[in-house]
Amino acid sequence: MQTKPEAVTNGRPLVSVRGLKTYYSLRGSFGQRLLGREAGSVKAVDDVSIELHRGEVLGLVGESGSGKTTLGRTILGLVPATEGSIEFDGREITRMSERELRGLRREMQIVFQDPHASLNPAMTIAQLVEHPLQIHGIGSRAERQSRVAEALSTVGLDPPEQFLDKYPSDLSGGQKQRVVIARAIILNPSLLVADEPVSMLDMSVRAKILELMMYLKRELNLAFLYITHDLATAKFFCDRIAILYLGRIVEIGPSEAIYAEPRHPYTKALLRAIPDPDPRRTVPRDLPPGEVPDAARPPLGCHFHPRCAAAFEVCGWETRDLRELLERRWAFQAQERYEAEQALMGDLAALDEPATRIRLKAGQGRTAAEMAALLEEVRRDAPDERFWTGVKRIAADGEHLDVEWFDPVVPRPLAAGATTVECHLYDEAALAEAERRRSETESLRGE
Amino acid sequence: MSPTPVVSVRDLRVYYGTPRGTVRAVDHVSLDIGEGEVLGLVGESGCGKSTLGRGILGLLPEGAVSDGEVLYGGRNLVGMGAKELRRLRGPDLGLIFQEPMTRLNPVMRIEDHFRETLQQHEPGLSSRELRTRSLETLGRMGIPPTRFRQYPHEFSGGMRQRIMIALALVLRPKLLVADEPTTSLDVIVEAQILGILSDLRQSFGTALLLITHNLGIVAEACDRVAVMYAGQIAEEGNARDVFADPAHPYTRELLRSTISLETEELHSIPGSPPNLIDPPRACRFHPRCPSAMVVCAERNPIEQRIADGRRVLCWLHGPEELIPDGGTEPLEREEIAVADEA
Repeated sequence: MQTKPEAVTNGRPLVSVRGLKTYYSLRGSFGQRLLGREAGSVKAVDDVSIELHRGEVLGLVGESGSGKTTLGRTILGLVPATEGSIEFDGREITRMSERELRGLRREMQIVFQDPHASLNPAMTIAQLVEHPLQIHGIGSRAERQSRVAEALSTVGLDPPEQFLDKYPSDLSGGQKQRVVIARAIILNPSLLVADEPVSMLDMSVRAKILELMMYLKRELNLAFLYITHDLATAKFFCDRIAILYLGRIVEIGPSEAIYAEPRHPYTKALLRAIPDPDPRRTVPRDLPPGEVPDAARPPLGCHFHPRCAAAFEVCGWETRDLRELLERRWAFQAQERYEAEQALMGDLAALDEPATRIRLKAGQGRTAAEMAALLEEVRRDAPDERFWTGVKRIAADGEHLDVEWFDPVVPRPLAAGATTVECHLYDEAALAEAERRRSETESLRGE
Repeated sequence: MSPTPVVSVRDLRVYYGTPRGTVRAVDHVSLDIGEGEVLGLVGESGCGKSTLGRGILGLLPEGAVSDGEVLYGGRNLVGMGAKELRRLRGPDLGLIFQEPMTRLNPVMRIEDHFRETLQQHEPGLSSRELRTRSLETLGRMGIPPTRFRQYPHEFSGGMRQRIMIALALVLRPKLLVADEPTTSLDVIVEAQILGILSDLRQSFGTALLLITHNLGIVAEACDRVAVMYAGQIAEEGNARDVFADPAHPYTRELLRSTISLETEELHSIPGSPPNLIDPPRACRFHPRCPSAMVVCAERNPIEQRIADGRRVLCWLHGPEELIPDGGTEPLEREEIAVADEA
């Protein structure tokens, strides 16, 4: 396999993404469409900027719904960008035609998670690996065959003659993933997007595929976007890592810094959650509650605040957090108790609309003063609940209870040590604002 | 020592007939699962661990034949009639699958799933009791009562798995088999579910057989571990002891190839797991084993009990008197055929 000339780029990144947004619009219900109402959109990628150099590996790490896969696909031009710019080797691709993009795709390839689904079961390995050359009309038949053999040896399927006439069903999972990689590198690309390439493989095989990818990076000077939920494999493979949460990069930096000194509470939680065969370890208990929320209706302020053990006054507390607080309490309560409390709080549906102030109507025949007393009890039962830092005012008015939260402050990327992080804990201005709000509520409560 | 066994598996064999030959998915396996104990069953894909889990519950697909004993409450479940088995499943033996969405009926409310399950097995319950029992079990899984009347699609993946666990636990089974229950979940949710599962012994007194390919999960959540290779138990013992000092070379290699944050260099096991139609003769791991001796390719290993109550199926642990002269010499190993390399 011919190797790529060493960085002829005088420092220009291979991929440069600036202010990228990829939104999917929601279809909505039939009724909504009939009335011509917009159903809104999912901000799958929300204002992301990254750079990737030749021969470099950038990890895009996050849970499902983080937007990592959409980001990878937008960079390949497989999903249209809504806003922002993507330059590949100095050429802007967001406004390219499909025809122009097709030419560029020789330079950028993708490897998917499931090798079984990526290979046509009716084609031989030789046909599968040769296919991209045929599509792009490259070489004579003999040239193509020798390139196929070369690609197979490069990925460790050696001697290639043993594999050429086999079908995917004759191979193991690891071997299939090698075939997929051979097919991806046969056009001699400079970028490979690898979307969870090892997560469907057995533990005993993962190391082999990771080693193969490291070899390709070294020998072919290939750049990788390594998309994964697994920080343990990323540690071995990535030069830099971006942690994604609900479409935003919450922390990005060199791998060593991310592992040695993670800053964002979400990065820390992801690292703690990785299972470890160390016999002294037990299941970690101090993990964020709940799951990644619906990306169509992300939490206000910092998207991570409802699950964050360090969230405070400025992080964006709101109506839905109150509902969750009550539901979490009720899950562990005896039935009579829960039923009584629910009857008092009335219909919670009003809390589903994101807002920082709400007027709640007490349950039938009950008063707002009783509701306020219940909330006070909830607070006494778990005074350290971060939720209460965000509550500005609770006031009873006949049968209506008014609850008001502090305005959300949206976090922006900030340099913190060797990484860049989107978190108010590292923002002097946000910390000062929180201090001001704290004294405001203290004086109110003191009255 | 292990507590009183809830289930004792003795010499269990499960074979499948296929056009290419007979697959010996479970081959002479013996195991005990104690009261309120979490036993981890690990191995690579195709080692027979799921078949063993299903074999214990008598849930084998058509075309599978089983023999041996699965003793539960003094009775052998192998060969028991379908009707009688069905009566045991639920109140005595429960199962949790990998993909919760495919096991919940999309057009039934959560409430109706619980009603159906409870009425099937405890027909005398009043609807008030039914509701109390269901809400209490759901609550302990962290599902709030306000969501009792919702449909499966209104829940996230982790919530659905919690609902599946609650649905199995509401009947208070003695034994629960969980087959890769966290594989399709995100890391943080996976850790949450493992926390729930490893607390079952305290909160419900249920014994758990946790089937997984991830050794990290076993180390964190299990009391004991059984390592399975090619249809057989290679090693079985206290989870901490096994991970601290593996006795079988397969356990050792599997541990070394697990990638965690502590891993300092990548390691993999040469070759790939054998097919179970025509497995390697003598010790089934010998072609991939870095410690293989001459005897390993010639004679079937004999199960040995070693210190701390551990069982291991490996000639390195004897019995010495059965190893022929020169049998402990390192095995001249033919290069593992590339075609077999994963």
